[in-house]
Amino acid sequence: MSEDIAVEVEPAAQVEDETRIEDEALLEDLLVEEVSIDGMCGVY
Amino acid sequence: MFDLDGAWQLDERVSVRPERFGALLYHFGTRRLSFLKSSTLLDVVRRLPEQPSARAACAHAGVPDSELPRYRAALAALAASRMIRRRT
Amino acid sequence: MSLVDASGAACKPLIEQFQYGLDAPICLTWELTYACNLSCVHCLSSSGRRDPGELTTAECRALVDEFERMQVFYVNIGGGEPTVRPDFWDLVDYATAHHVGVKFSTNGVKITDAVARRLAASDYVDVQISLDGATEAVNDAIRGPGSYRTAVRAMEHLAAAGFRGFKISVVVTRRNAGQLDAFQAMADLYGAQLRLTRLRPSGRGADVWDELHPTDAQQRALYEWLLRHGENVLTGDSFFHLAGYGTSLPGLNLCGAGRVVCLIDPVGDVYACPFAIHDSFLAGNVRQDGGFARVWRSSELFAELRRPSGGGACSACSAYDACRGGCMAAKFFTGLPLDGPDPECVRGHGRTALDAVATGSVPKPSRDHSHRRAGPVPVTIGRRRPPDRACDESPLAGMARPGR
Repeated sequence: MSEDIAVEVEPAAQVEDETRIEDEALLEDLLVEEVSIDGMCGVY
Repeated sequence: MFDLDGAWQLDERVSVRPERFGALLYHFGTRRLSFLKSSTLLDVVRRLPEQPSARAACAHAGVPDSELPRYRAALAALAASRMIRRRT
Repeated sequence: MSLVDASGAACKPLIEQFQYGLDAPICLTWELTYACNLSCVHCLSSSGRRDPGELTTAECRALVDEFERMQVFYVNIGGGEPTVRPDFWDLVDYATAHHVGVKFSTNGVKITDAVARRLAASDYVDVQISLDGATEAVNDAIRGPGSYRTAVRAMEHLAAAGFRGFKISVVVTRRNAGQLDAFQAMADLYGAQLRLTRLRPSGRGADVWDELHPTDAQQRALYEWLLRHGENVLTGDSFFHLAGYGTSLPGLNLCGAGRVVCLIDPVGDVYACPFAIHDSFLAGNVRQDGGFARVWRSSELFAELRRPSGGGACSACSAYDACRGGCMAAKFFTGLPLDGPDPECVRGHGRTALDAVATGSVPKPSRDHSHRRAGPVPVTIGRRRPPDRACDESPLAGMARPGR
């Protein structure tokens, strides 16, 4: 799995089935990347 | 599997900022940032509230059928991170 | 070189998109005042005394108006101790009313139970309590007598007020590197989230960096701990230089200075990063024509930072793609060239480079607002001494052969 993909899925109880991404190949090419607002260096 | 035929919209607590490469979405509740890596995807997301379905929004944004799985996966990711939600 | 493919999608990894800079920062640090009730030995902004030229309330509001126009998503308000400004709460309210999220860093001095209840009621304000020891002795040796109790009292008030998920922010040092589990326990106890960040040789940190920066063994242990336990631990992406060990930690893993973040200081000076308060990293001032937006978009310094640099001396190293040469501020304030290794390079290249730095050639911070001390200084002022025993060894000594 590519290290660049940072898709975080919520705990199972919160997520409807429809949000699961079924095709692994699509994950490699995802048009969405995610990070926490805390995830960039230069803010203390 | 993400429901393309459902009615969707951006969560009210999301701020959208268009960028050269697509857009930044920031959710004030979850404090998470999503980077949309295509302007077309931004266009799809913006059309969601006014179209009867996500599929229609994709069509109006000019997403070719061959690209639909890719956009469906992207919308699934946005739903998982609560950036978009079903319209009630 | 095109940044989009035929279907219009960004075809380069995000990290490369960001290196060219954005029209507005994603977030930024805004130091509201140099005044502070404490004198932490490692203070990155050398704070203590107010500067006579600090931005007025009106100027601060005008700056928030700019943030709103530029869609800066949130600001981390710090200082000094920001809550000692009389207009602090006014400015926080103004920001949140203008679609700018606020997280403020504080030593806790003004977080009474009334204040805590007010904060708990607001959705758009987050709080970060600074703490550098899980025990009073360890903490107060860095932050001064009474500071541990002040922080704990603030945390108790926040927890009692129902403020879930406030941040406890710890700068990892040689003295507290063994307390990571204890810090996590504290966060759990108060319903807070732990944040660990990197000590840089910035501000007063330059004086104590030699004796306080983690040893190689501690650095490795920290990395392992973050991989094992760090799912809910924030790091502010400040350990991206550790990506040279192998797996990257969560975050953008690039230096955001001048590209996606920056610092605005109490007198309106705009720096690339809060760890780089030095004329070499001064991009402009918000009081100039065009305000902050003009500085962000057009300053010579930021244009320079946003030009691809290609790694320099580090580009031959197999770790470079992961670590990107490490922290610009850490290199600068240890006298290292910016196109070479980080002083804490996990491959040991930094230590080799440090040996070549001429004594007396290390840059000093450009601003010093420290309190004038009358009494004895609580820790030894660092001189460049020979490295510890632990640092003499190869960085790989005693470690299992790297896997994967």
